[in-house]
Amino acid sequence: MCYNPVSIPLWQLKVKPMTNRSSADWLAELRSPTNAESIAELRAILLRGLSAALGSRLNPGQTAVLEDFAQEAVLKVLANLDTFRGEAHFLTWAHKIAVRVAYSELRRQRWKDISLDDLLPADPGVDFTPAALADPSASPEQQTIRQNLLELVARMINEELTERQRQAMHAVLIKGVPMDQAAGLLNTNPNALYKLLHDARKRLDSRIRAQGLTPDEILAAFES
Amino acid sequence: MKFWQRLKANLFSRRAAPSAVRQSVLEPVVLQNLVRSVKQTRPVELSCDECFEQLDRFAELHLAGKAPREALPLVQEHLDACGNCREEFEALLRSLQTLDQPPRDSAA
Repeated sequence: MCYNPVSIPLWQLKVKPMTNRSSADWLAELRSPTNAESIAELRAILLRGLSAALGSRLNPGQTAVLEDFAQEAVLKVLANLDTFRGEAHFLTWAHKIAVRVAYSELRRQRWKDISLDDLLPADPGVDFTPAALADPSASPEQQTIRQNLLELVARMINEELTERQRQAMHAVLIKGVPMDQAAGLLNTNPNALYKLLHDARKRLDSRIRAQGLTPDEILAAFES
Repeated sequence: MKFWQRLKANLFSRRAAPSAVRQSVLEPVVLQNLVRSVKQTRPVELSCDECFEQLDRFAELHLAGKAPREALPLVQEHLDACGNCREEFEALLRSLQTLDQPPRDSAA
């Protein structure tokens, strides 16, 4: 059964739609000594947004966490009012913060029990091997080409990338670990991890082209 | 030279696999995702934090139908490359659609 994101209790819906209030007005209200009502309005607006953003992804029993996320987002917004630059409307900025709060926590909970052994060996390293193809719809020639490509790309990964890059790709691309959690496993931060993977992609791009191939040709070989 | 001929020319002798190394299996769908991400790779790309900084502006342009891909191409490229950030962007759009009207500062 899906959670219906529209079924917000009435006492929350009674909040006036203040989306025509300007960013400057929002900032002034939230900074004023009598900001309790504005804070409550903001919390309700963010909760409604989070319900729409996440409601269908949560089990009915989990939806109470949305109120926690909305509350934490409000606190984050209040703590960072001075960083608001006005490049977008205040509410857009606040919703962005709320989405980040929610996803960070959901990803942390989802991945907290992953063991290091399961994902990344302390040592030795990670080597890529091609899968055995089992695609009955492909012609024998197609199957041969695809198998050759799996071998070739696996070899490129092993020869072009550093051990750390292979570990990162194994975690992020193959195991699907979110960036925050993968960065933690690799004892780095998400931005450095992104750069590591970006460099890996650039190296693979150069190697593919150095071999006289293009990414489009490789992809075309795997289309049915 | 045809593609498959160039491919065969590349497959010379196999490198001996070192022992005691964890094998990460390269499935076809993983290869496709990887090669797609290689195809989208640009010399300069934003980090996740840099993309997040501009995500609200990008979302507003998107909702206003103002071609954010052209206005903020680096953000678009990062979203094409980064599943986490793309997921948050799509969630932000869903959030913003609960507002009665797109938020707008009159002086903007």
